[in-house]
Amino acid sequence: MSVDSLAALTIHELHSLISAGKIQPQQLLEDLLERIEYHNGRLHAYLSVDPDRLHRQLEDQLRTRKAGRLAGIPITLKDNLCVSAEEITCASRILRGFRCPYDATVVQRLREEGAVIIPRANMDEFAFGSSTENSAFGGTRNPWALDRVPGGSSGGSACAVSADMAIAALGSDTGGSIRQPACCCGVVGLKPTYGRVSRYGLVAFASSLDQIGPITKDVTDAAILLGVIAGHDARDSTCAPVEVPDYVSTLQWPVKKLRIGIPKEYFVEGIDTEVKAALDEAVRTFERLGLVCESISLPHTPYAIATYYLIATAEASSNLARYDGVQYGYRSATNLRQESSSNGLLEMHRRTRTEGFGSEVKRRILLGTYVLSQGYYEAYYLKGMKVRTLIKQDFDAAWSRCDVILTPTAPTPAFRIGEKLENPLQMYLSDVYTISANLAGIPGLSMPCGFSREGLPLGMQLLAAPFKEQKLLQIAYAYEQATDWHRRKPTLSRQQIAQSK
Amino acid sequence: MEYESVIGLEVHVQLQTKSKLFCGCLVNFGAAPNSQTCPVCLGLPGVLPVFNRQAFEWGIRVALALDATVGRVMKFDRKQYFYPDLPKNYQISQYDQPLARRGALTIDGEGNSKRIGIHRIHLEEDAGKLLHSTDEPVSFVDFNRAGVPLLEIVSEPDLRSTEEAYQYLVELKAVLQYLEVSNCNMEEGSLRCDTNVSLRRPTDISLGAKVEIKNLNSFRAVKQALEHEIKRQALLLDQGSAIALETRLWDAKRQRTESMRSKEDAADYRYFPEPDLVPFVIDSNVVEQIQAALPELPAQRRQRFQSVYQLSAYDAHVLTQERTLAELFERTACLCQKPKAVANWIMGDLLAYLNAKNLALDAVTLRPEWLAQLIGLVDDGTLSGTMAKEVWGKVLERGIEPAVIVREGSLQQIVDVGLLEHLADSVIREYPKSVEDYSKGKANALMYLVGQGMKRSQGKANPQQMTQLLKRKLDELRERITGRVTE
Repeated sequence: MSVDSLAALTIHELHSLISAGKIQPQQLLEDLLERIEYHNGRLHAYLSVDPDRLHRQLEDQLRTRKAGRLAGIPITLKDNLCVSAEEITCASRILRGFRCPYDATVVQRLREEGAVIIPRANMDEFAFGSSTENSAFGGTRNPWALDRVPGGSSGGSACAVSADMAIAALGSDTGGSIRQPACCCGVVGLKPTYGRVSRYGLVAFASSLDQIGPITKDVTDAAILLGVIAGHDARDSTCAPVEVPDYVSTLQWPVKKLRIGIPKEYFVEGIDTEVKAALDEAVRTFERLGLVCESISLPHTPYAIATYYLIATAEASSNLARYDGVQYGYRSATNLRQESSSNGLLEMHRRTRTEGFGSEVKRRILLGTYVLSQGYYEAYYLKGMKVRTLIKQDFDAAWSRCDVILTPTAPTPAFRIGEKLENPLQMYLSDVYTISANLAGIPGLSMPCGFSREGLPLGMQLLAAPFKEQKLLQIAYAYEQATDWHRRKPTLSRQQIAQSK
Repeated sequence: MEYESVIGLEVHVQLQTKSKLFCGCLVNFGAAPNSQTCPVCLGLPGVLPVFNRQAFEWGIRVALALDATVGRVMKFDRKQYFYPDLPKNYQISQYDQPLARRGALTIDGEGNSKRIGIHRIHLEEDAGKLLHSTDEPVSFVDFNRAGVPLLEIVSEPDLRSTEEAYQYLVELKAVLQYLEVSNCNMEEGSLRCDTNVSLRRPTDISLGAKVEIKNLNSFRAVKQALEHEIKRQALLLDQGSAIALETRLWDAKRQRTESMRSKEDAADYRYFPEPDLVPFVIDSNVVEQIQAALPELPAQRRQRFQSVYQLSAYDAHVLTQERTLAELFERTACLCQKPKAVANWIMGDLLAYLNAKNLALDAVTLRPEWLAQLIGLVDDGTLSGTMAKEVWGKVLERGIEPAVIVREGSLQQIVDVGLLEHLADSVIREYPKSVEDYSKGKANALMYLVGQGMKRSQGKANPQQMTQLLKRKLDELRERITGRVTE
């Protein structure tokens, strides 16, 4: 492997080098910051980076921590994960300048293992989107093709990992926001089981669907990060008290005879031919590895997107109600003194939210408010919850026939910037394959499985039963060992950057 | 025309648990603004609620004491509305599956007892408090109260008069105090109440249009507001007008209700299940344990006081209204074995004193031993009835035991040495025989004279002072006499 920067390495490679004393964490951070400084102007993977604060953090970390699983290794966070004393905006004007007074549980766990926290990876505003174009502070570009989106909503995290502007990252996934950008950027993205990782300190989008997970350069790193962040947390009542297995040492367990289910509902119209071909090739690879592939049915799949947009927007409309200009974040500067006191308050709320939120956020708040309104609740929210149960039952039934389910991650490779911006429904369809896992609460992993003729990464998704991340990782690892897609890197030459201007 | 009033009450009681409903912040009244807050109760981005087990158990305790059926599942919902005192702009409450339903509370209406149905009991979080500046058009928010556990207790519309409504509140407050879940202090807002009332002709079967009244800050306000509202509605009905379905606010200053909003304007709260708190099946063993550990309730104690202490129904009622009062009675009665006397002292002078000063019982320092002692002092003749009343007043005023006050009583006389001298002189004049005995060296004579002096002072003189004074006077007298003899 020819490497000109330590930033190109994985967690496990760096951990060996640091433990053996062959490199210094300071040197690693320097390399990474240099890389970020060089590329961030074009790619905009980070909303902001403060090198001085990061150096200080590393010094503190080295002084006070013993060698942990992530000692001295920088981990990038999506801008919706709370880090004490750092700005957090969810890429929204409404939170601009807000500094969080506490660490998310996952941040605490990363710190305990010696990681250096790099906050503020770009994202769609409040994670509403599949392209990172909805960031109030400007979108992120796909490092494989600068005129393409990196996927979303964790597009900043996926872009950073892919472009070696991060060693590894954490994103959040409500309907595919880890897996779809991982797919678009040619990296590994894992959405754990709902309840596997504490959501405390993740700014809520849709509470019953949100889950934090790793975006990494390979499967081993995903296993390492999941092992660090998973496990019960008394501060999140939805976080399950289920034991955390050693995801790393079990990666190499044999996968022979494990059964892969291929849902026929996922290979219908709308799927890109190159994606389809890559998946067919992946099936052959799995069969060569001794796994058994067979067709299965998840009959309620066609209802997933509609169901998702009822439940997710309903919860979002409620979760985002707190951004009202009263306590923190943006408050409209309009002079309200002239209004009578009650009108003044209403007007302050109205203007703050009108000026503070972007159009996709407003669209979803309105949808969600409508869904929960008197007279519509039964027809929409309640019906949605019932269909959600049916979708879950589809999967429950499937696990008697297979160990994991194989699907594409996204119907097409990364699309062009602006291509779907005017058509929200088209944009929503980008998550058609990933949404069911959130509704069912099951884990899903996306990993590279080929490239399009244009050189864009293609991805596949593996799904497993609740808390079977171990199996997911084992099969993904076996595939990774048999292929070399994960070793390819985007060529981010000066010329390419110049061309995009 | 004669109308029957149909009244329902909605009571919110703050559970004085150690910490808030969904975070570890303390539940205390009167702390510095926003000093008892954390990211969770401030509703900062990213926080999650964690259900307080104590609030859950206390809620069940109240439900069981009110004879309600505890639900199968504990489930929270979000009630959504925008208001600056609500940090998340939704309140975590319970909607379609309340903690308990179908309870009852028995009140002693005029002579007869009556069972008032309880429709539902549910748990929710309290909001913060708005403070409005008087100088500037500026408001402040204090979030100390945000997240304090509230139990909402909704009665059936079974109350038929203002008096019954008042009785219901008094009895409910007593039950809550007996359960030790809340101090039920309306001034501090730990007990709050809304009421709704409609009128109908006694022959009507269906109910009339209902008006909800808010902003009731005391039991008295509830009474006054209901009286006013019943009159207002009766007048309208007499005129043939319809009653508007609406929410009205009680204006205590002007003693009238004013329209706040009509039912058509009622907010759509867009309730939906709280996704951050997983519903759970309520363990029937836990319910049974709480049931088994329920303390004696006011109604039970009333019965027992009548049978064990031979109190009248009225006395038992008054003495059990407040838990602390009942405990004072019972402990004192055990100490002195004179329950009737104890009841009289408590119901007479003590309650009169508290009412006059507008004080709660726990605002005065008082020990059962002191009341027992006072009754003892009257019994052994040390104190007359009038003096005992005076002493009792001082006990309550100063929070010290009666014996000390009796002793001190004479210390105050020191100031008036003239009066003491006058007493001593009159004793000397009246008992020349004893004076003579003393001068002959009979020490007992002095003691006899001191006794007479004390008697004249009605026990208010200090015996030592009286002894010294008499001894000095008698010695002077003896010197003069013997001096004259030797001259």
